[in-house]
Amino acid sequence: MSIRGGLRFILLSEIVFPFVLLILGVTLGLLQVLQRAGIIKSTSYLGIEYYQGLTLHGTINAIVFTTFIIVAFSNAMVMFSLKRSLKPGVQWVSWLLMVGGTLMAAYAMLTGKANVLYTFYPPLIAHWTFYVGVVLLVVGSLVPFFFDWIPNYIAWRRENPTGRFPLPVLGVFVTFILWFIIVIPVSIEILFQLLPLSLGWVEEINPLLARTLFWFFGHPLVYFWLLPAYIMLYSILPKLVGGKLYSDPAARLALLLFLVFSVPVGLHHQYTEGGLSAGWKLWHAFLTFMVALPSFITAFTVAASLEHGARQRGGKGLFAWWAKLPYFSREGDQWLFSYFIAGLLLFLFGGITGIVNASYNLNLAVHNTSWVVGHFHTTVGGLVTLAFLGISLYMMAKLRGVEVKAKGLAVAAPYLWLIGMMVFEVAMSVAAFYGFPRRTAAGASYIDPASPLYHPEWYFWAHLSAGGGAIAVLGFVAYLVSFLGTLFARPVREPVVEFPMAEALHDEPVPLLSNLRPWLTVSILLIAFSYTYPIYESMTKGITAKSPAYNDRLPVPLKQTQTEASAEIPR
Amino acid sequence: MMDRFEKNAIVLALALLFFFFGLVVYAAKALQIEVPTCLTGVNPFQEGRVIVLDEGAKRYQVNLLARMWNFEPYEIRLPAGAKVDLYLTSRDVVHGLRINYTNVNLMAIPGTVSYARVRFDKPGVYSIVCHEYCGINHHLMAGKIIVE
Repeated sequence: MSIRGGLRFILLSEIVFPFVLLILGVTLGLLQVLQRAGIIKSTSYLGIEYYQGLTLHGTINAIVFTTFIIVAFSNAMVMFSLKRSLKPGVQWVSWLLMVGGTLMAAYAMLTGKANVLYTFYPPLIAHWTFYVGVVLLVVGSLVPFFFDWIPNYIAWRRENPTGRFPLPVLGVFVTFILWFIIVIPVSIEILFQLLPLSLGWVEEINPLLARTLFWFFGHPLVYFWLLPAYIMLYSILPKLVGGKLYSDPAARLALLLFLVFSVPVGLHHQYTEGGLSAGWKLWHAFLTFMVALPSFITAFTVAASLEHGARQRGGKGLFAWWAKLPYFSREGDQWLFSYFIAGLLLFLFGGITGIVNASYNLNLAVHNTSWVVGHFHTTVGGLVTLAFLGISLYMMAKLRGVEVKAKGLAVAAPYLWLIGMMVFEVAMSVAAFYGFPRRTAAGASYIDPASPLYHPEWYFWAHLSAGGGAIAVLGFVAYLVSFLGTLFARPVREPVVEFPMAEALHDEPVPLLSNLRPWLTVSILLIAFSYTYPIYESMTKGITAKSPAYNDRLPVPLKQTQTEASAEIPR
Repeated sequence: MMDRFEKNAIVLALALLFFFFGLVVYAAKALQIEVPTCLTGVNPFQEGRVIVLDEGAKRYQVNLLARMWNFEPYEIRLPAGAKVDLYLTSRDVVHGLRINYTNVNLMAIPGTVSYARVRFDKPGVYSIVCHEYCGINHHLMAGKIIVE
């Protein structure tokens, strides 16, 4: 489908704008591993403090970059699948909200007014622009779903009364229904607790309730990142290897199971806190195990699709067909394969470490250690990042009407990232067994016997993680060269929105798997059941006192420091 | 609707997940490796201290107070074999701790009390580092338990 004018600018900028920020986010990540290994001695570097940089690293990489790319990809995919243009007016509103919100939050973070990390647990409190910025970004990302894709789908349905719900559109709809559901609790947290506290409208808030509301959002958030990658694995990846999607119904079933099980799992981030009953934590643990099921189904479907494709390419034997996949191919669109396969290999480890995290009492061994950091750098930092980088480069080249430049580097990038992140993951996982904490500007204080942090056994693993981080960043630089080359190349074709789309091998229509309503109903009932009591407990029995606001600088409430400061000024 | 291989894969995945979950429940119920639960009737304390419950039976209660940026008490001395009821709360923002070589891993949230029971059999120094970001000096926040 051809695309021009404002719409083309919007889609292109939804890729380029977050990418520019991502360069900063990735650089800060490298500085953090270097600091934790003691290679960088100071807790402040390039004018950015460690925890300020960590806030930027988490917020840019995991919230801003992901949200923008998900919106850009979904815009393009819905447009391409339904063969209907998007509405420029709606897209501009969404774009302005998202870009404006991001700039507001960026202002707060870059000026050191929001050193609260991307989980922003109160009663540490940030400048109000940080919270308003996050809300605007999130609201902006929902605008196209309600005012563009749903109306387009209804119009498409009118013209195709018997047509099946296109698989990628079903995937996008599941992703954004999920997104809409989880934005509610975090909006309540921000609008009724954090923002009023930040502005001084209320004196104190309930920090336990804030955490429960945050994780109501915070864990399903990872499926908001993951589902678009799964859509690519189902609809694009099989085509790249010259095969078919093994099973269309299995792909739909996996997507719909995510709708059911993704949300009522947040308590598995709160296993170690008092104030919440162990029984409800165990229930959320069970549901977390259930949400692993659609990932297992996806693992089978993707592997079977790859095998089907490899056999079309002459692959033989029980396992020998793996050798026939286009790992290093630069032909046509096949360069994109490297991003998916490298991401999938990382995700294998992400899945296994994730099951450990979910395992209730086993979590006691790893909670808030470097283990968790290793885990999410192979999930959101693995499959999600690589799939999003790959599809960004692909869409950008199509939107500009150019060939991807420096394809060799573009193909090398995901493998360097894979090796780097693998090393990082192993180092962080092992260090965790020696108690290496996450989110800590450790420096090399742990090799100083006089330091309270004295843990010489951390030294080797911290250095290994720095080595892994450096290799991953090398991969990012390779990508950057290809990305910039493609961005500034001379157009040779008409700008288009298109994707390589696979057909399905098993394609029997199952009406239940094309109907969102029953699954959504079950999902809402399960959420209501799983969260009513924990929220009630967070507001009553679990907590005895509310908390005033603090900033990251002083061990006294913010209000007190403000009144003291004003008292010192002679009148 | 689905072919044989697909069904097998789903059944196998479910069996694996239920097996893992079964182990988790076994560890919780039979081996008593439990996560903290909601305590009622324990008010957050304003100062940290060690209370000897029964010297002969080596039973102790430790009220550990986390605050920006230290633990109170900073250093806890216990005899080998001490059975400890550990209560943790925070005076200001969210903190957390994990005690090496034990199953103790707790968050300190102001207004709530987290609880764990732990036995220190092996003499040695058990270092405690704050493991939740709590402000600019977070990485200096540490304490220790010395078991003699």
